[in-house]
Amino acid sequence: MRHPHRSRMKGAIMLKRFAFACALLVALPLHAENQLGGIRPDTPLAEESEAPQIPPVINADVKQVRNYPDQPPLIPHKTDNYQIDLNVNKCLTCHSRTAVEDSQAPMISVTHFMDREGQTLGTVSPRRYFCTQCHVVQHDAEPPVVNGFVDVDSVLDNMQGLGTGGE
Amino acid sequence: MIDLSRRDVIKAQAVMAAAAAIGLPIPAEAQNLVTEADLTQLTWNKAPCRFCGTGCSIMVATKGGRVVATHGDSKSEVNRGLNCVKGYFLSKIMYGEDRLTTPLLRKKDGVYHKDGTFEPVSWDEAFDIMAEKWKKTLAEKGPKGIGMFGSGQWTIFEGYAAVKLMKAGFLSNNLDPNARHCMASAVAGFMRTFGIDEPMGCYDDFEAADAFVLWGSNMAEMHPILWTRITDRRLAHPHVKVAVLSTYTHRSFDLADIPVIFTPQSDLAILNYIANHIIQTGAVNEAFLREHVNFKRGATDIGYGLRPEHPLEQAAANTKEPNASEPMSFEEFAAFVADYTAEKASEISGVPVAQLEALARLYADPKVKVMSLWTMGFNQHTRGVWANNLIYNIHLLTGKIATPGNSPFSLTGQPSACGTAREVGTFSHRLPADMVVTNPEHRAHAEELWKLPQGLLPDWLGSHAVKQNRDLKDGKINCYWVQVTNNMQAAPNMMEEGLPGYRNPENFIVVSDAYPTVTCEAADLVLPSAMWVEKEGGYGNAERRTQLWHQLVNAPGEARSDLWQLVEFSKRFTTDEVWPAEILAANPEFKGKTLFDVLFANGQVNRFGPDHLAEGHANPEAEAFGFYLQKGLFEEYASFGRGHGHDLAPFDTYHEVRGLRWPVVDGQETRWRFNADHDPYVKNGKPFHFYGNKDGRANIFALPYEPPAEAPDAEYPFWLSTGRVLEHWHSGSMTQRVPELYQAVPDALCYMHPDDAEALKLRRGSEVRVISRRGEIRVRVETRGRNKPPKGLVFVPWFDARRLINKVTLDATDPISKQADFKKCAIRIEAV
Repeated sequence: MRHPHRSRMKGAIMLKRFAFACALLVALPLHAENQLGGIRPDTPLAEESEAPQIPPVINADVKQVRNYPDQPPLIPHKTDNYQIDLNVNKCLTCHSRTAVEDSQAPMISVTHFMDREGQTLGTVSPRRYFCTQCHVVQHDAEPPVVNGFVDVDSVLDNMQGLGTGGE
Repeated sequence: MIDLSRRDVIKAQAVMAAAAAIGLPIPAEAQNLVTEADLTQLTWNKAPCRFCGTGCSIMVATKGGRVVATHGDSKSEVNRGLNCVKGYFLSKIMYGEDRLTTPLLRKKDGVYHKDGTFEPVSWDEAFDIMAEKWKKTLAEKGPKGIGMFGSGQWTIFEGYAAVKLMKAGFLSNNLDPNARHCMASAVAGFMRTFGIDEPMGCYDDFEAADAFVLWGSNMAEMHPILWTRITDRRLAHPHVKVAVLSTYTHRSFDLADIPVIFTPQSDLAILNYIANHIIQTGAVNEAFLREHVNFKRGATDIGYGLRPEHPLEQAAANTKEPNASEPMSFEEFAAFVADYTAEKASEISGVPVAQLEALARLYADPKVKVMSLWTMGFNQHTRGVWANNLIYNIHLLTGKIATPGNSPFSLTGQPSACGTAREVGTFSHRLPADMVVTNPEHRAHAEELWKLPQGLLPDWLGSHAVKQNRDLKDGKINCYWVQVTNNMQAAPNMMEEGLPGYRNPENFIVVSDAYPTVTCEAADLVLPSAMWVEKEGGYGNAERRTQLWHQLVNAPGEARSDLWQLVEFSKRFTTDEVWPAEILAANPEFKGKTLFDVLFANGQVNRFGPDHLAEGHANPEAEAFGFYLQKGLFEEYASFGRGHGHDLAPFDTYHEVRGLRWPVVDGQETRWRFNADHDPYVKNGKPFHFYGNKDGRANIFALPYEPPAEAPDAEYPFWLSTGRVLEHWHSGSMTQRVPELYQAVPDALCYMHPDDAEALKLRRGSEVRVISRRGEIRVRVETRGRNKPPKGLVFVPWFDARRLINKVTLDATDPISKQADFKKCAIRIEAV
C-alpha cells in the first residue's frame, strides 16, 4: 500500500524547503552546503559550530508511554554512579521482586527470570544482568528530527475511521 | 495516512484529564478496549536486525501498512527473545520525518551544476544524467575512471548485483565496501593463516568456553546480545573467567576478572609474549603442530598505507610486498618469540607482569577452553592483519581451535559484512566465494558461471576505500556511486581526502540513502532508497548464518531499493559502449545487448517467474523486471560456493528457518569448520583439516611489534581513539532519528581522564577543540562517563554528524589489508 497523500505532502514540504534554500542562496551566496537538513542542518561540512552544553538527565520519575508492549521501559531518573558489575547490581536494590514493597518501584518483568530455553529460574536470569543494555535514561534534549512512528492504537483508530489526523 | 501529532495527543489527554477532574464521564471511545480479532491481530514476520553483525532475529508486527512493533525472536538461536536497546527500537528507524522520497540533483538554471542547489528530479532524469557522466568518463578514461562504494549493509542480492554490474558490466574493479573500514584485516588474517575466510567456530562456543578474552573489543556496548551470552555463562558458572583488554576502561570491564589496560599498539607484544609463555612452559600441543601447522616468517617494516610520497612510506623497506613470507622451523619460531619475555611485554604495554601471566595461563592451561573475541581494536590497526595472525598463533600452538568452546572468534560490525561484503566478493580484489580478480583461473570460472565471454573480466587490482577517496581528490576517479553507507562521516581524514574528493569539480558523486546524511550533503545526485523491511533482503552474520526476510511494508514516496537502482541503471548501457571491440568481435552474440540483458536477463537470474513469489508480500523488483530477481540472483550466486566450502541451502529454505550457518551440505549447517566431527569438507582422515590451504595446514606467523604510524609528542600530546556507543549504530543516520535513542545519548563527547582535564583547566562540560595535524572539531569534555580513559588518551565516538571526529583521524592503513586505523593518532586539546 502506497501513501500517496503522505508523499505529496512530503514533496510539498521538500519543495518549500528548497524554495527557502534558494532564497537564502540569493541573499547569501556563500555556501551551497547543508541544503538537506538532517542531523547537521546548519554548519557547513568544512566548518565547526559550538558544541551544545551537556544536557541534564530527566529525573522526573514519571513513567513514559511505551511505543508497543515489547518496548523496554525508559529509565525516568538519574543513574549516576550506579554500580552494575561482578559484585553489585544497584538497580535491583529497588526493582527486584522483594524490594518493590519498600521502594514502590516497578518490579522487573517476568521475562527477566527466564533462561535461554524460556524456563523460569529462582532468581533473575544472568543474561538479563546488565540493565543498561536495554534500559536507558533520557536527556533533556530536543531531537533534531521528528519521528513519524504511530502506535498500534492510532493505526486501529484510523482503520475504524476514528483517526483524528491525516486522511 | 496517519498523522497524529503530539499536539493531538496532548489535546485528547487534556480533555480526558479535565473531564475526570470535574467528575464527568470520560468520552466513550477513550476507554473502549478494542477486542475484535480482525482488528487487534497483528501480522508478525521475521527479519534480521538492521544493525550490527550479531544477526539477532527480530519479529516485526505490521498493521495497516505500517510497522507497529518489534521484539526479539524467541525461536532464534542467536538471541532467544532478546534485543539490545537499539533492536527494541527498530520499529521507529524507518519513520524519521526527513526520509528521502525523490531523487535530488544539484542544478543551476534548470541543468545539472556542481555548485547548484538540490532540486527534485524524476528517476528518469536522475539516471539520464548518471548515464551521461558514466559514458563520458568511460570513453575518456576507461573503467579505471569510475568507482563504486558499497556496504556490509547491502543485502546479499544487492552486493552481488553490484559486483556483476561493476566488474562484469563496466569492467571496473574500483568497487569496495565500507567493510574495508571494518573487517579487511580480519579477512586478510583469515586468508594468510587458513586460506579461507570467516570464523571456524560459532556462537555455540559461548555456552562451552571456560574463559573469554576480549582483545580491544567492548562487547557490552557493541555486541550486547552476545555479551548477554557471556554474562550468562560467567555468572551461572563461577569457574568461568573473563579477561578484557583495551586502551581505556569501558563497560565490558564491569564483568572482567582480569582487566587489562595497555598502551595503544602494544597488543602485538602481548600476543607474542603469550606465544612465548606457551612454549616456555611446555604447553605446546606438539601432536597438533606436527599434523596441522606450518611456520612462516612474515615480511616486516611494511610501511603504513599512507600516500607513497609520505616520509614514513619512503623510509619503509618492504612496502611493495607487505604480504610476503618465507617458511621457518618451530625452533626458529620459538627463538623469534623468546625475545618477548613478560618483562619486555610489560615494558612495551604498560601492563603489570602479574596480569600478563594471569592472561597467558588461561591460554596455556590445557583444561581451559578459551574463546578469544575481537573487532575493531584488532582490525582498525596499522598492523591489524598481524594482530589477527598472532591470535591464531596462540590458538594453534595449543590446538585450542575449531572445537566447542575453543574458538578464536572475529566479531563483525555490520549485519552482512560476512554474508555480502566478504562472501559475495565486493572488495576491489575479490570475486565471489573467496576468489580473486588477479587469478586467471578464478576469472575464467566466474566468466563461465556468469555465461560471459572468456577474457572479459578485468585482472587489475581496483582502488580500496581509502584509495578511492585519494583518487577522487586526485581526479583519477570521476564518476562515483555510494550506496548504503555514510562514508563522508565514516572515512578517515575527511578534511584532506574525503571532502576535497567529493567536491572536486571534475567529479560527479551519486549517493543512495534513506536519509539525508552528510555524505548526501557532499553529493551531486542523491537517490532515495528503500530500507530494511521495505524490501526483500538477506544478510549473513558473524557466525556464517544466512538469514532472509520478505518485504513487509512499502517504501515512502519514490524511494526504491538499492537493488532496483543497480539493475535499472544497467539498462542504460549497451555492451558496444562499455566492452572492448575485440571481445565483441570474438563473441558477436553479445553485440548490441544491454548490460541488463547480459548480466540479469541471462537465462539464470531471470529463470524464476513471479509465480515463485511468496503470497502476501509485495515485491516491486519483480513488478519492474518481470521475474523474481532476488531468488535468481541468490541461486546464481550460490552456484559459486556449492561444492566449494561455501554451500548455501536453497533460497526458499531461508524464508522458513531462523537462518543456517554455511557451508550447508545435504541440508545440514556447519558449526565448527575444519573439525572432522562437524565439517563435511574435512577429507584427510584426521581429526582436523585446514583445507583452505592447499597443503591442508594452517600457518603460524613470526611477526614482531612495530610502532604505530603516529604517536603523541610535545605538540600533540594525547592519543585519540574513536569508536561507537551502545545506543547509536555507526554514523547514527538511523538511531539519531529515534527520539528515545537520541535522548539517551544526544551528543558525541570527548571522554578524558579527570587529571588531564584539570591540568588543562577544564572540567566536565567544558567545550574544547580536538586538533590533529589534519583537522579539528569542537566538542564537550566528559570526565565521569561510561568510558574512563587513562591519562594521555581521549575517546570520541563517531556517530554524531555534528561532531565529525574523522576530520581529525589519520588515513594510515594496514599495508596488507588497506584498512584504516581509527584507534590511534596524535591530538592536542585546547579550550574554546
